[in-house]
Amino acid sequence: MTLTQRYRFIYKPLVFVACLLPLAWLTSGAFGWFGASLGVDPVKELEHECGKTALNLLLLTLAVTPVRELTGQPQLLRLRRMLGLFAFFYVLLHFTIYLVLDLELNFATLGADIAKRPYITIGFTALLLLIPLAVTSTNGMMRRLGRRWQSLHRLVYVIALLGVWHFYWQVKRDVREPLIYIGILAVLLGYRVIRARSRRRNAIPGRMPATSGQITATPPPTAAPQVTSTSCVGPTLRPSATD
Amino acid sequence: MKFRVPRIAPSEITPPEAYFSRRALLAGALASGASALLPAAETPQPQGATLSYTANPQYSVKETPNKYQEIAGYNNFYEFGTDKESPSEYAHTLKTRPWSVTVSGEAEVRGTFDIEDLLKGQALEERIYRFRCVEAWSLVVPWVGFPLSSLLARFKPTSRAKYVEFTTLYDPRQMPGQRVPVLNWPYVEGLRIDEAMHPLTLMVVGLYGRVLPNQDGAPLRLIVPWKYGFKSIKSIVKIGFTTVQPRTAWNVAASDEYGFYANVNPQVDHPRWSQASERRIGAPFLAARRPTLPFNGYADQVASLYQGMDLRHYF
Repeated sequence: MTLTQRYRFIYKPLVFVACLLPLAWLTSGAFGWFGASLGVDPVKELEHECGKTALNLLLLTLAVTPVRELTGQPQLLRLRRMLGLFAFFYVLLHFTIYLVLDLELNFATLGADIAKRPYITIGFTALLLLIPLAVTSTNGMMRRLGRRWQSLHRLVYVIALLGVWHFYWQVKRDVREPLIYIGILAVLLGYRVIRARSRRRNAIPGRMPATSGQITATPPPTAAPQVTSTSCVGPTLRPSATD
Repeated sequence: MKFRVPRIAPSEITPPEAYFSRRALLAGALASGASALLPAAETPQPQGATLSYTANPQYSVKETPNKYQEIAGYNNFYEFGTDKESPSEYAHTLKTRPWSVTVSGEAEVRGTFDIEDLLKGQALEERIYRFRCVEAWSLVVPWVGFPLSSLLARFKPTSRAKYVEFTTLYDPRQMPGQRVPVLNWPYVEGLRIDEAMHPLTLMVVGLYGRVLPNQDGAPLRLIVPWKYGFKSIKSIVKIGFTTVQPRTAWNVAASDEYGFYANVNPQVDHPRWSQASERRIGAPFLAARRPTLPFNGYADQVASLYQGMDLRHYF
């Protein structure tokens, strides 16, 4: 079995099923299957669990790049689109539950909430920003947009920040859990900042003597394998039509 | 004072036993997969001793009370953790007997009293009150207790007593949530003396005719039905009569979000969410949200306490 086949027939189906597990759990809770339960306030439980699952998947999506670079497994990129789309799926579910089950389709309240409640405003903004990313996630769109695809999809950093902020802001007092999310996001974004800085430094030969020892020890940028592999639309890793 | 709350006959209140048979029916529906969004399978069962009390329909609302499992399985009692399910899971570590309450401050009768002495001679009554949490959910609860005024009168507060301050037990061994500084422990709440003496203000010792479950604030808790739930302090060990407004726990934690008065008011939103409506726990699917009433529906009885006050400022 080639690597491509392994991703296609094993890893991707496994990730797909794993991403559906939260939905399966919530559905069985809602219908009381297998003794599962959503507790005394099932609406809040559904709303919060979908939101948290969306955040989890968003953070996993953002973890793909660091993990593949640090483990030297560039193929992991093949799983990223599915994670991102599932994050969008759970965000939509989260919003639908809020609108239908929590607000009971009271659109006036929805409008007032979005306009007046900062945590809902930023959550809704994150939802809207995810739409263009989901729409342009196809291979055709990646090809058509070329370099601009990457610039557009950097929006995910903003979306993730809005998402964890949305979580932090709606907690009444015990912020330990949202703080964990903020911490993980800080690591994931911090990794990118550091990487971008060191790469920029490497790219400017004139600055190399000034920054001394540890920089000269790294290979020249053109020879560094991780540089070419990090470009998600680069020729070496452009997803095939069957990907 | 005249009360215009609609009367409810004791016979109209569904006894816990009836709820269990209803639960059995629901379980049957569950097994056939016919019903959606049902409450928890593992919910607390009533187990406290039965109390002798009389129903007080004059002070009871005519709404269907929530199930025992909803009232005893969905609690904000941060002393046992910040999840709604934590108190029912962990509050069994609380020892409610022996229990004593220390009375101090501007009163002639001060000292530490055993709870049995405090309860002696207090005729217990059942009152079905609305309960509105600041988080915009609500319940209807058949509490068993006695008017706070009849307890406070025994301590003979002096004319200098302007406020009453209540304090919850502080014991992290019994209340593991107190190991986490979510709030400034111990939990403190307070009322103005006229609020405390109001006939609606209840000292609660029971629920559904039985001894109050620990997670609902045993052995002694306050219920102030026209205020947000956090005012109704649980597991009280201290009562103090003060000349100055008590520094209450949530107000200390976030004074812009939780005022001292905390009267239920659909006109004054929490800074982060609307208070205009609420979701009734356990209500039918897509029919749980209802408008929040001024003073939680008790305006006729209590609005006069706040005459001339700007309730936006004194929220």
